[in-house]
Amino acid sequence: MLLACVLVIAAVVAAVSVTRAGMRSATQAGDGFVLSGRCPPSFELIAGGTCELRDRYQFYDSLQDRGVGGTRTSLPPHRDGFRPEQIDLGRYLFFDPILSGDGTQSCGSCHRPDRGFADGKPRSIGIHGQDAGRAAPTLWNVAFLQTFFWDARASSLEAQAQGPLFSPREMGNEPERLLRSLNDNATYRRLFRQAFPGGGEAITAAEVYTALAAFQTTLVSLNSRYDRYAHGYAAALTERELAGLNVFRSFVARCAECHTPPLFTNGQVAVIGAPEPAGHPFDAGAEKTFHAAKLRGGFKVPTLRNIARTAPYMHSGAFDTLRETVEFYNKGRGNAVPPGATLYLHWHISSPDLTATEVGLLVDFLQTLTDEAFVPEIPRRVPSGLPPLDNPKESRT
Amino acid sequence: MNKIVKTVLAIAAIAAAFAGGAYLGRASKSDMVITSSAGGAEYSGGFKAEGEAAEKVKAAASAGSLKSVAGPPGPHSVVVKDGESILQAVKNAEPGTTIRVMPGTYSETVYIDKDNIRIIGVIEAGRRPVLDGKKQLNDAILYSGNNFVVENLEIRNYKGNGVMGQAGNNFEIRNNVIVDTGVYGIFPQLGQNGVVEHNVVSKIADAAIYVGMSDNVHVAHNEVFDSVAGIEIENSRHAIVENNYVHDNTGGLLAFVTPGLPIKTTQDVIFRHNFVVDNNTKNFGAPGSTVAGIPSGTGILVMAADDVVIEGNVISGNKVAGVIVTDHGHAANITVDPESEPNSDRVRLLDNVMLNNGYETIPEGKALLLAEGKGGKNLDIIRVGPSPGSCIVNRHQYVTAGVGDFGECDFTHTANVSTYLLPPVPPRTIDITERGKVAFLGICSGCHIYNGRMIGPPVQVIQALYLDNPQGLADYIAKPVKKRPDYPEMPPQDYLDPETRLAVAKYMLAVKN
Repeated sequence: MLLACVLVIAAVVAAVSVTRAGMRSATQAGDGFVLSGRCPPSFELIAGGTCELRDRYQFYDSLQDRGVGGTRTSLPPHRDGFRPEQIDLGRYLFFDPILSGDGTQSCGSCHRPDRGFADGKPRSIGIHGQDAGRAAPTLWNVAFLQTFFWDARASSLEAQAQGPLFSPREMGNEPERLLRSLNDNATYRRLFRQAFPGGGEAITAAEVYTALAAFQTTLVSLNSRYDRYAHGYAAALTERELAGLNVFRSFVARCAECHTPPLFTNGQVAVIGAPEPAGHPFDAGAEKTFHAAKLRGGFKVPTLRNIARTAPYMHSGAFDTLRETVEFYNKGRGNAVPPGATLYLHWHISSPDLTATEVGLLVDFLQTLTDEAFVPEIPRRVPSGLPPLDNPKESRT
Repeated sequence: MNKIVKTVLAIAAIAAAFAGGAYLGRASKSDMVITSSAGGAEYSGGFKAEGEAAEKVKAAASAGSLKSVAGPPGPHSVVVKDGESILQAVKNAEPGTTIRVMPGTYSETVYIDKDNIRIIGVIEAGRRPVLDGKKQLNDAILYSGNNFVVENLEIRNYKGNGVMGQAGNNFEIRNNVIVDTGVYGIFPQLGQNGVVEHNVVSKIADAAIYVGMSDNVHVAHNEVFDSVAGIEIENSRHAIVENNYVHDNTGGLLAFVTPGLPIKTTQDVIFRHNFVVDNNTKNFGAPGSTVAGIPSGTGILVMAADDVVIEGNVISGNKVAGVIVTDHGHAANITVDPESEPNSDRVRLLDNVMLNNGYETIPEGKALLLAEGKGGKNLDIIRVGPSPGSCIVNRHQYVTAGVGDFGECDFTHTANVSTYLLPPVPPRTIDITERGKVAFLGICSGCHIYNGRMIGPPVQVIQALYLDNPQGLADYIAKPVKKRPDYPEMPPQDYLDPETRLAVAKYMLAVKN
């Protein structure tokens, strides 16, 4: 429901010419932007003026405070404590194509609220039409992650932001140009001073990354039907879905060993031997990050929350549907490892030999992890005057 | 076949070829140190509870009695008879229910996602209630609730686990007979404070008893056999494994750090007074599993675990070696984890009885012995890879390889450490006001803010309507009706229990901004 409303609003956005001239004229017109002083849903404004997360998993504990385990277990440590104005400024930045090299793409172009904060593509396409090499991961619940990117090469959201911003295959910007375009914009100068009252005259790169991080940490999805079950409402899941949960956490399928509740990822790197799509080269993944041959072809375990919303699947979009993805695991250990390649497959990659019925039950269960109730509003307009999403028509679907 | 140790020993043999002279020299020059384990210094390491728990642990330890961690049984009781469903009884049960299961055959997966449930089999003239998975069902017992007890069952023919726990604390798994239940027999995972005792577990394709990513666990008086691994303590801390009969497995007792798990350490494990006998069963572990690398004929295997004490065990007839100490670097089928320390630090080998081990060790083991001038002897203890701070008592009693640089231990027994279990944790009480606030913020705030329009009407408007009637608001939340033409209809919040709904209502009516 909320999503539908948001998208109607998004669709109303006026088309603005995507040119430098357009950016300048919008800048001059861009007043009347107000940063919200209110914390987003699931956050409490505390003394000192920052927002802290409140969720029902906070009533539980977990072994070694690592936030992994069964139904009533606390979540992993998370980021919060940003000012509401920083969060709202991050929202404007996130949806503003001024962040890309040619003003055609915002963060939201590949992390679309209407597509589970992924982009529905096998691999993202950058400003020059280039294949970015890997799929855009969902941003739901990134506040709980300790590492970022499929190959776990960044250890903070602030560090992560610089990857896509300055990659020629993605947003294609450069640090100097990014800061120049923001500092040239009177609205942004005013909004940054409001969000960062202690800061200097000029907008700094650190402030940009902080605001983006602040916004992303508010993308919280913890009210799925699964969560209702976990907190004690037995009727939240159907008999089929419960049977699916039991396949999911059984040691035959072993899904829950890596996609560990309550986050549905254990945050680790795993070598599972997933295939590349036809014609796409082998991706060594985390081998490079950790300089470890044994992690060749390893990728960070993705969360399964809102997984039904983020097809296609795997790091480069090899599978179109959840069923195909589940079937990959069921086809047996190493079934898609290229001939001659040596991969140290994770020990949980086994040959579970699930029945077709069980595969179906798993797919059913995965649908219960959907919750987009707290999807943020896409700004009707952003300070640059550019359209917040590169193709608002498509987002209406 | 023996992937871990084969490679281990291959590398070790090469290392020995270089270092052999040094080993030889040290071994032949060292003086014999004879230590009596009757009396002597006690263990000063191990688990230290803090605060109030420490006093209780101390009291219980001196009484040697703490075996109940789930607290006293609750007030409710129900009987399940042959032909009925244990799962249905669990679903109907309030927390605090004891479910007595009469002899008979039950073919089902019983999952327990609530606290304080006891499933107690009734044994009549030797007849137990049998859970039979018929090689079609995955798991027999799957629990995530706290204070879970399961006793007196016979569990057979499952594909996954006999008993699996996921993050349940204060568990007691006792007096069960578990045969051929797939990957693990008994597998508590991510739990704290649990007892696994008096179980008989056999024919398991991985570990008969597998304590994974858990803290404060006591594994005692079990018989485990005909399995790939007998008892495995993995990525866990503060475990005592004592008085078990561990025989005819591929490997007997294991203390591991497995890389790539969210919990990174194994520390403070005491293996004592166990019988570790004839663990020479052919390895039938699944290809790719960690245990598939265990050589058939391994008594005790320590890999990357720290502070493992091995004391007073009878270790006999294990054909590769009585004790193997190694690290991640020497294990061919083990991946790497930048966050896991790969070495077995501070292994303490106290007095153990070792008989007839290593009589058919693999060729690389023989080569290593040869390099230390012990050619043709039967191998009791082998160490490969760094193991800083380790020690051994009465080394002259054993045929050893690679332990030349182990020091003497500064203690001879762990009799002062009777248990690492904690007293039953009282049930958590969540302040009801706090529960109302968190439920409002965590759920309702997506649609309702204090003084503005969102999906639903502002809290201020709701306050005016329900000023002195929180129960009325709580009832509405559970079963809303369409009231306002200009707002979408509210979805029912009946998944919140009545107490929480009332708490939410009270919070909403009191909130000021």
